[in-house]
Parts: sequence; C-alpha cells; structure tokens
Amino acid sequence: MTAHDTAAITLKRTPLYEQHVALGARIVEFSGWEMPVQYSSILEEHRAVRTHAGLFDVSHMGEFKVDGPDALAFLQHLVPNDVSRLAINQALYTQICLPDGGTIDDLIIYKLEDKHYMLVVNAGNIDKDFAWVEKQAKDFHVQIINQSNTTALLALQGPESQSILQPMTKVDLSTIRYYHCEPGLVNGINCIISRTGYTGEDGFELYCASVDAPKLWNDLLAAGKDHGLLPAGLGARDTLRLEASYCLYGHELDEETNPLEASLGWTVKLNKDEFIGHDALLKAKEQGLKRKLIGIEMVERGVCRGGYPIYEEDQQIGVLTSGAPSPTLNKNIGMGYVEASQAIIGKAVFVDIRGKRVAAQIVALPFYKRPK
Amino acid sequence: MASLKHPEHLKYSKTDEWVHVEGDQATIGITDYAQDQLGDIVYIELPWDQGASVSHETKFGDIESVKATSELFSPLSGEVVSANQELKDQPELVNDSPYEDGWMLVVKMTNPDEVDSLMSAEEYKAYLQGR
Repeated sequence: MTAHDTAAITLKRTPLYEQHVALGARIVEFSGWEMPVQYSSILEEHRAVRTHAGLFDVSHMGEFKVDGPDALAFLQHLVPNDVSRLAINQALYTQICLPDGGTIDDLIIYKLEDKHYMLVVNAGNIDKDFAWVEKQAKDFHVQIINQSNTTALLALQGPESQSILQPMTKVDLSTIRYYHCEPGLVNGINCIISRTGYTGEDGFELYCASVDAPKLWNDLLAAGKDHGLLPAGLGARDTLRLEASYCLYGHELDEETNPLEASLGWTVKLNKDEFIGHDALLKAKEQGLKRKLIGIEMVERGVCRGGYPIYEEDQQIGVLTSGAPSPTLNKNIGMGYVEASQAIIGKAVFVDIRGKRVAAQIVALPFYKRPK
Repeated sequence: MASLKHPEHLKYSKTDEWVHVEGDQATIGITDYAQDQLGDIVYIELPWDQGASVSHETKFGDIESVKATSELFSPLSGEVVSANQELKDQPELVNDSPYEDGWMLVVKMTNPDEVDSLMSAEEYKAYLQGR
C-alpha cells in the first residue's frame, strides 16, 4: 500500500472530530465522512431536542458562494423556486433539477447581499453539485466559489435554543424570523445566525469559519448545560427529520424522483418563465403524477425501514424510502412512494419486513408538528 | 469496556448471548456488551410460545435498535419453557437490565453437553478485548 492508496481511502473529518471523540461519540461513516451517530443514546438525544435542545455538527455539508451581476438570473435558471422573492438575509428551500425533472440535490439558498448568495448543499453531493453549478453558470456573469472546506456549520435545535444562544450574542434573536438570518458575533466569533433547521423544532444554524468551530461548539455546550442541552448525532437527526417528514436526499429524493412526487410542489414555481426541468415538471403535473410520497404507520408490531416493499393485499404498490421508530409518537413510522392512485390516507397496507407481511396504514404527513 | 458487566456465574457464547444453567433448564439473554453495541433497543422477536424449539448456533429471533436490525442465535438446543412476554412492549428492558429484567427465554435443554462449548466470564472478557 502506498501513501497515495492511503489518501484515497481516508474518510474526511469535520473540524470537530476531536470534540466528538472526547465526548465519547460512536463514530460512523456517512457519505465519505467520519461522523458521530450518537453520544449517549439516540432516543435520549432525540428527546432532548424535542423538550430542551440538542447541538449537531453538520460541518460536512457544502457551501457555495454565487456572486456577480447575473447571480439572480443564474439562480432563477438553476432552481425551480422563485429566488427573486428573497430579501437580504432571507433564505428559501429548493432543489437543483435535471432537464427531465429528476433531483440532483435539495438545498437552501440565502441572499446575503445584493448579487451575493450562499447555497447550502448535502455533504454527499458537494462535488456533483459544484461541477453541475459551474457548468450551468458558463453563460452567466457569475463567480461560483466552493467554500465547503473552510466553513463549519453547527445546528442548535429545540425550544431552549434562543434562551441558550441569546446571552452569547448582541444580535436580538427575537427579530430573526424563520428562514431568515443575520450576520453577527457569537462569543466573539463571526457567524451567520440562521433561523433554520432539520428537526421540526425552533432553532438556529450557525455558519462560521472552520477554525472557529471548536470554540463555538464548546461555548454552546457550556452555555446550554443548565438548559438541558445535549450534543446530538446523526442518529437523532434522522429520527427527528423523519417525524417532521423532511426529505433526505438519497431516500425521498434522487435523480429518478422529481420534487412534485416528493410533495415539494410548494417550492416549484411553474409560473417562472423557465428553469432547468421546467417543461418536464409542467408535463408531469399536467399528465398526473405516477407516484406519490406517503406516510406509513405500523399497526402490528414491527419496525419498517427504507427499502421495504409496501403491499395492498397481495399486490406490491410501492416501497419505503425511510423508516424508524418514532420516539415522540411511540409508533414505528416511515415514508415511501406508492402508485398515485393508491396514495389514500387511511388505506390499510402491509409492509414486507424481511419476508413477513406486517399490517400498517397510510397516514397524513407530517407525523409531528411542534406546538405553537 | 471497563464499565460493562459480565457476571461470573454465567456462561457466554461467541455471538454475545449469556446462559444461566439450573438443572436441565437454561435461561438465555444477551450480554451487557451486546446491548451496548446495539444502542436503544426498540423491537424484539422471540419464539413466544411454550414448546417452540431452538437449536445450537441457530437463529431464534430478531432484535432491532433505532438504526439497525440484528439476529439472535441460540447457544443451546432445546424446547422453550417460557419467553419474556414483557419484551414485546418494553424491549428497552434489555438495555436497562440485560441479565435480570431483560431475560429472553427459559429453555429445557435437549443436549446439555453444549454448555461445555460456552465461555466462562473470564474467557468472554478476553474474547471482547480481541474484538
């Protein structure tokens, strides 16, 4: 084995790897990264987020800057959502699609300044997305910069988030509305403070320079100690987002799935003149979708998981894309796709769990909505 | 590893089950190491009925944690005398008390010699060190 071979198989680490190890995290491989799946227990971390707060390291995600006179025009061409409605310090959720409407990635776009945007993409798609975005930008006066390697991202999520974060910053957090952000210092560290998240709870995502991440992480844990804040790993992140029925790329979204099938039609502005995938999505909508995303709740004992087939009587009508126990609901839940004509709430179905047909039913999404 | 417990009076299998032999009956469960590796246990499938048969080194059930599914292998052959029905609704008993409240099966052994192929607590601890 040569040094070159070793480099090729080395997994990536975020700036907080040592912090995770010191906290006793169980480290697993995720999309080419060594990430904490849990620190104490997935159930405990999940419940902490729902009742107090949890702190996630999601620095493995990617960040691109899109700058230049044509920045807005380019982004309007790139994504199905309407980027022109963004005010400065506002964000939106959208996808990057193929011409046939399939999903390359889902992402958040921030307008940081006029003609200056930040795209936040999934860790597993950074290289794919950057290559595509650069290629599509060729005829536009824009500069695309991949800042993923120097940007860290910490997600503080849960009802106690604002109470924990406020003493650490002069920015008045109560003025930051959902899907808005504000640049500011957090304990002296330059951050973009964003009121966004992937858990279904109130919370903040903090973008900072990689070098500042360890101090920010430690300071947040210290500040949150008396508020019941726990470090939380990817295990809890998945159970939380599933309860909130948020899509996970590679599961509910992929290049063979368009955003309309994934119930993301609210982010697709077909009245825009054009965008990559526009005609295919318009056609799909006019012809009627072939399959639809649904929620599944197990009725008989059993845990449903991504990949398990869904049956009505003896006919397979679809397949699960995600599934797990729901700690908040104390039920086993999942999401998946079924033939559009079968996507009826309340329908009795069976999930094939390793060869055994177990009773379940189609339920409305989301499974969980946080109390107002 | 130091904080995990593996009682001296039990016998252990390579697939991380423990056995407590009393006469021609044996109680079976999974070890503290096994429950720790699994994390939060959310589902267990056992041969719930008296009279079901289990076989040496053969799968007798499924155990699932939040993130993963795993199989249970019987260290002994025999007939199920009773299964811990509490584990249907409270699988977390296995995490909290793997050797007491988390017991899984009581089996009447058909081949008691199989006990000799199991490890002592010391041997099991050494086996864990090597993993």
